[in-house]
Amino acid sequence: MKDMILAVVVTRQNSDKVQGMNSIFIAETVEEQQRTALLLSRIMKAMAHDLENGVIILVQH
Amino acid sequence: MNLYTEAVLLGTAAGFLSRLYMLRTDYRNYPSYPHGYVIHLSLGLIAASLAALALPALLEEEYTAITFLVLCAQQFRDIRNMERETLMNLEENKLVPRGTDYIEGIAKVFESRNYLVMLVAMVTSGAVLYGGISLGVPVSLLMILLARFLMRGSFIRDIARVEPGRLHFEKSLLYVDDIVIMNVGDPAAREKILKEGVGLLLHPYDDDGRSVLNSLGQRQALLHDISMLMGNKLEIGEPEWSPAARKNMETGSLALFLMPNEKDMPCLIEAAKRTPVLESAVQKPLASTVGRKAAD
Repeated sequence: MKDMILAVVVTRQNSDKVQGMNSIFIAETVEEQQRTALLLSRIMKAMAHDLENGVIILVQH
Repeated sequence: MNLYTEAVLLGTAAGFLSRLYMLRTDYRNYPSYPHGYVIHLSLGLIAASLAALALPALLEEEYTAITFLVLCAQQFRDIRNMERETLMNLEENKLVPRGTDYIEGIAKVFESRNYLVMLVAMVTSGAVLYGGISLGVPVSLLMILLARFLMRGSFIRDIARVEPGRLHFEKSLLYVDDIVIMNVGDPAAREKILKEGVGLLLHPYDDDGRSVLNSLGQRQALLHDISMLMGNKLEIGEPEWSPAARKNMETGSLALFLMPNEKDMPCLIEAAKRTPVLESAVQKPLASTVGRKAAD
């Protein structure tokens, strides 16, 4: 399937901004969030997009 | 050797030579396969010999011989299918695909080249029948050049001005000048894009050019051709480096973003300029009264 959100990575303080997904990764720091997003992106061949509110989504294009 | 033999031989030779002339391996790297050469040259030879036979057969009142030309045309239709199939199969394993429009264009070119071969062969054999070898040779050379001229399509340089575009980010959004390309989430990727990526801007000269650049197939062809010539850093599983083309909807300008292996701006611009304009992308709104009226 195209253009699907595969996972969401949020920092703990922004974790209430995401709901309903079954793949929400919560990170303690911004660095950890970016690292997790990069790892997930490489693992799933997906692109990390920054929603600019502390939420990073991984989308399969 | 009687006149008919001379006509058929020279016609066949001229047709075959014109096929050879049109079959240069160009930068599009196709057909670079030796077997592709064999296929196209042998079909070209068949086309040439059939067409060269047509006029002598007519003169001998062998009218049924003409029907073979129809059979021949049928065969050449298969060439288009063959090319399409081959290229489509190769497409799956390309990082920057050609796109279906480009493939359709290439397939059509391969079919039409055979008809040109037939034209060259037929006119040449006619010239020999009319004025002997001394007329046939110059006519054949002229026809080969004419066939070459007929096969020449237009290029991006004919429809648009190409210039470097400025890559920059606004937060996570990548821009080429004022055109949004995509959202990049990874800060390290943003840095790399600013360092190694390039942006190109294509400004169409008129509304016809604008509609060409509007075609998704043409955009894909541009990305493919530039990536082919300048290399591309795109890798499986790393979609951040995907080339992209987006238009400015107000002006119709097209912005290209690429991560080339060679970041050489003049060469990149030249690569964009020499991308062929696809037949399927050509629309001519300016050829209609409504389009002309709306344009001013």
